[in-house]
Amino acid sequence: MYPSKFDYHRPSSVQEAVQILSSNPDAKVLAGGHSLIPVMKLRLAAPAALVDIGRIDALQGISRSNGSLSIGACVTYNEIANSADVQAAAPVLAEAAGQIGDRQVRYRGTIGGNLSHADPASDLPAAALALGATLHVTGTGGSRSVSASDFFVDLMMTALQPDEILTSVEIEAAAAGTGSAYVKFEHPASGYALCGAAAVVTRGAGGSCTAASLCFNGVSSTAVSASDVASSLVGSDLSDDAIVSAVSGLSIPDATGDMFASAGYRQELAKSIGIQALLAARDRA
Amino acid sequence: MGISIELEVNGAGVSKEVEPRLLLAHLLREELGLTGTKIGCDTSQCGSCTILLDGQAVKSCTVLAVQADGSEITTIEGLANGEYHPVQQAFWDNHGLQCGFCTPGMIISCVDLLSTNPQPSEDEIRHGLEGNLCRCTGYHNIVRAVQDAAETMNG
Repeated sequence: MYPSKFDYHRPSSVQEAVQILSSNPDAKVLAGGHSLIPVMKLRLAAPAALVDIGRIDALQGISRSNGSLSIGACVTYNEIANSADVQAAAPVLAEAAGQIGDRQVRYRGTIGGNLSHADPASDLPAAALALGATLHVTGTGGSRSVSASDFFVDLMMTALQPDEILTSVEIEAAAAGTGSAYVKFEHPASGYALCGAAAVVTRGAGGSCTAASLCFNGVSSTAVSASDVASSLVGSDLSDDAIVSAVSGLSIPDATGDMFASAGYRQELAKSIGIQALLAARDRA
Repeated sequence: MGISIELEVNGAGVSKEVEPRLLLAHLLREELGLTGTKIGCDTSQCGSCTILLDGQAVKSCTVLAVQADGSEITTIEGLANGEYHPVQQAFWDNHGLQCGFCTPGMIISCVDLLSTNPQPSEDEIRHGLEGNLCRCTGYHNIVRAVQDAAETMNG
């Protein structure tokens, strides 16, 4: 299967890339290509031009400074899953990245492509949301920062403007006493999440919960945060009972129903997977 | 509009002018005649088209030839060096194939797996090969072949 014809651009800087995007309204950004090329081969997408950002130096690499972690948009899942810096500062991101697709896919797919594609059944959006990640984007008008909670607008829609590129993802390193986990119930053929839960909990000096977040992939049109569950956990002792009771009231607004699983099934799945993720996160805190 | 690319394929330099939409799998098979690389599903799932791109196993049906510009590529044809690569020999010795269609991609993935994890457990082998499908379901012998190859390569 060949994609439709397109013009190919390989800019060497972000500035050059956004200029090309702004003058080619029907252009798409190409990074690892593992979401874009398959849909182009199926002719579900036929962009007039591709802007290949895969070789822009400024979009590569992982760095840690002053307690914050910065991941370039073109860093691959494999690099994230195996990075000692990510494993130390944001282990739930490494855990989620290591569960995407298969090893061949993890060598090519990138964090920037994943988050910009905003497939709700992918694994990174909930992890980014649970970690309170900040997404740095650049367009012809300059650069700005968007919180993960504002980034995912709707099914495969983000806050990115047509001439903007996600350049890096910034995450505050986990505080002492923090544990996290990503647990996924995947479709057995595709590996995509029917439900994926990213949980992050922090225990204070006395052992009680001082901060919590629980976010889901796969259950709604975007990654969603179960903020009611999280707030009811704060102050608790994070016992099994406290976690089960906090999750029992979980309700996913506009849960997805499709050929694989009904909305009601996903609601129940989210409770079960959410409990598993919180229990694992607590045990690591 | 053709784009000029330069690659090293199985140790030999290749210069080509290609259409941007040309997939790496098609470059290898149709332009370079390296038909050992198979195209099975064409939807990035089956792994039959797996090749090594700068030492990493990737699905060549999901990479544009222009993205591979400047890279080193190893296909199944480039693995043997006078004698079979230990993974090829182990597939032979353990009958790690039935129809053989998935075998080139399977072997390349095994080479990649063993380069990052020289002594994988059975579980790690099965998970490490999740990107390669064998529709004859010959997985048991494939796993035995990988264990055998690991033993030979660590020997």
